[in-house]
Amino acid sequence: MNGEKITKVVLFITSLVILFLAAGIVYSLINGALPAFNEFGLRFIFSSEWNPTEGKEEYGALPFIVGTLLTSIIALLLCIPMSFSASLFLGEYFRNTKIANILGSMVDLLAGIPSIVYGLWGFYVLKPLIVDLGFNEQGFGIFTSALILSIMIIPYATSLSNEIIKMVPNELKEAAYSLGATQWEVIFNVIVPSARSGIVASYILALGRALGETMAVTMLIGNANIIPKGLFDTGNTMASVIANQFGEAEGLKLSSLIAIALLLFLITGIVNSIGKLIINKLS
Amino acid sequence: MKKLVVLFFAIAVLTACNNSNQSSEGAKKKVTLTAAGATFPMPFYNMVFKNYTKSTGILLTYGGIGSGGGIRSLKDKIVDFGATDAFLSDEKIKSMPAEIVHIPTCLGAVVIAYNLPGVEEIKLTNELLEGIFMGKITKWNDEKIKANNPDINLPDKNITVVHRSDGSGTTYIFSDFMSKVSDVWKTEVGKGKSLKWPCGIGAKGNPGVAGTIKQTPGTIGYIGSEYAFAQKIPVALLQNRAGNYIEPSVESISAAAKADIPDDTRVMLTNSADPEAYPISGFTWIILYKDLDYDGRSKTRALETVKFLDWLISKDAQDVTKKVHYSPLPEKTVEKAKQILRTVNYGGESLL
Repeated sequence: MNGEKITKVVLFITSLVILFLAAGIVYSLINGALPAFNEFGLRFIFSSEWNPTEGKEEYGALPFIVGTLLTSIIALLLCIPMSFSASLFLGEYFRNTKIANILGSMVDLLAGIPSIVYGLWGFYVLKPLIVDLGFNEQGFGIFTSALILSIMIIPYATSLSNEIIKMVPNELKEAAYSLGATQWEVIFNVIVPSARSGIVASYILALGRALGETMAVTMLIGNANIIPKGLFDTGNTMASVIANQFGEAEGLKLSSLIAIALLLFLITGIVNSIGKLIINKLS
Repeated sequence: MKKLVVLFFAIAVLTACNNSNQSSEGAKKKVTLTAAGATFPMPFYNMVFKNYTKSTGILLTYGGIGSGGGIRSLKDKIVDFGATDAFLSDEKIKSMPAEIVHIPTCLGAVVIAYNLPGVEEIKLTNELLEGIFMGKITKWNDEKIKANNPDINLPDKNITVVHRSDGSGTTYIFSDFMSKVSDVWKTEVGKGKSLKWPCGIGAKGNPGVAGTIKQTPGTIGYIGSEYAFAQKIPVALLQNRAGNYIEPSVESISAAAKADIPDDTRVMLTNSADPEAYPISGFTWIILYKDLDYDGRSKTRALETVKFLDWLISKDAQDVTKKVHYSPLPEKTVEKAKQILRTVNYGGESLL
């Protein structure tokens, strides 16, 4: 066998492994979730009742779906101004300067900080700050978790959009400058429009991260299994309820938690396909 | 290159030989016992397990994965014994693959911890507990709390209830007590390892709840007593069935077990009738199969398991309880536990 063939076979086998893994995940999620869906049907998705007491067992995923979407979307909204300016700073204004290199590696460093450290920082620093600012009485809640999430997803949103902005052809920019455009006009009339699909893709990637984030959120959201009434109310997310309750769960509750995992899997899938759709439309 | 490969191979073979020598010798000398379960008695178990390993050379490992996890691990036969804060119901016992026994190991309490700067002592009646944990009393300076604590200066602050976000034996003991003293609680919330909470925020594990309370003024919640004592978090005095306000202490917790208990020790000690007893006290148990001849377990292993458990309820180990803020078993209970342990056998053969 020659090198060409060996490479082909190895690549084929390794990608098959990934395919099998993904199929295995879907299979075991569906298999585990079946008892919950058989018992509650579609009500499982739209019910906000979560009662694990024996004899009164009733599970609904709505509070967690709402909590996950709320925290992630708010986190994304909070993240966009920060990461957008950072990527312009790195990719255009101070491109290839020393300060951009330092800032760039700082942003990458953010991605390497463990989730639990973010959680502890949020618990000991951010939460008391929220209390001092008078947003709510004890500092826990949707807003606090969204805030920590927004910091956590900055590197994902920044590094990709920064690369895309760098890739905008110089000829385009030079043409704009030669027509008398200011830097500001070049950025918003040339760079951003031609890089927009990549920038959107980076935010979708960041949103995907936010949806699945567990540890830091569970420490700050308050873990109340209710639909939050406002930004500063407590709630819970899908990943967080699984992390909290999986250990002691059995029977119908275990199945309901797996069903939540399946829903989270689906939501992430939907978000990613919407992202792809937007990218296709824009480019 | 060839030489290098040979050298590498030789080293590999040598180390492999070494390893196998060590392990076969090790197997002759000692067995390793594994256990898993409740986090509530973990500080106690960690300490006595270490002591036992020091004095006998038997290696013991304990995984604090929660009571439910302990039961599941025993069911799957992946541990030598499990640990739980809530005894198994008759139905649950039937669902196990073989007959199991409960051995009580010590007493613990669930305390009501709070964070109110400047307030050193607070007395709560059962009605106040119901009001606070049901979310009906929402202010610290509520007239009802004031009336019961006329001497202290209560701040105009919202009450934030902190409860467990994970399933837990601690929650079970607390909710068992609440169901006994409050009909409203019994019908609206009930008892269990996790509940549908009418109010408050959740935190994971006893350390999580303790940390949240310590960090956040205005909070109140329930935690395993040792976590409050070790971190010096103030705890409320509760009214027991005799009407006395009791502070959780080694003596008042032990007093809860003075009443008659059934021979299999499966009983909740909450709301004890003893006038000295702290009302939210409870046993924590180790569970194991009655017949230890299963899954090809050796007789030595069975013997070591029973020997260890016999030591665990002896005075030697029970004296350690106080050091880690638990309460020792009363003598009557130790007798009953010994009786139970004597029934544990290896294929019908007695082990003690």
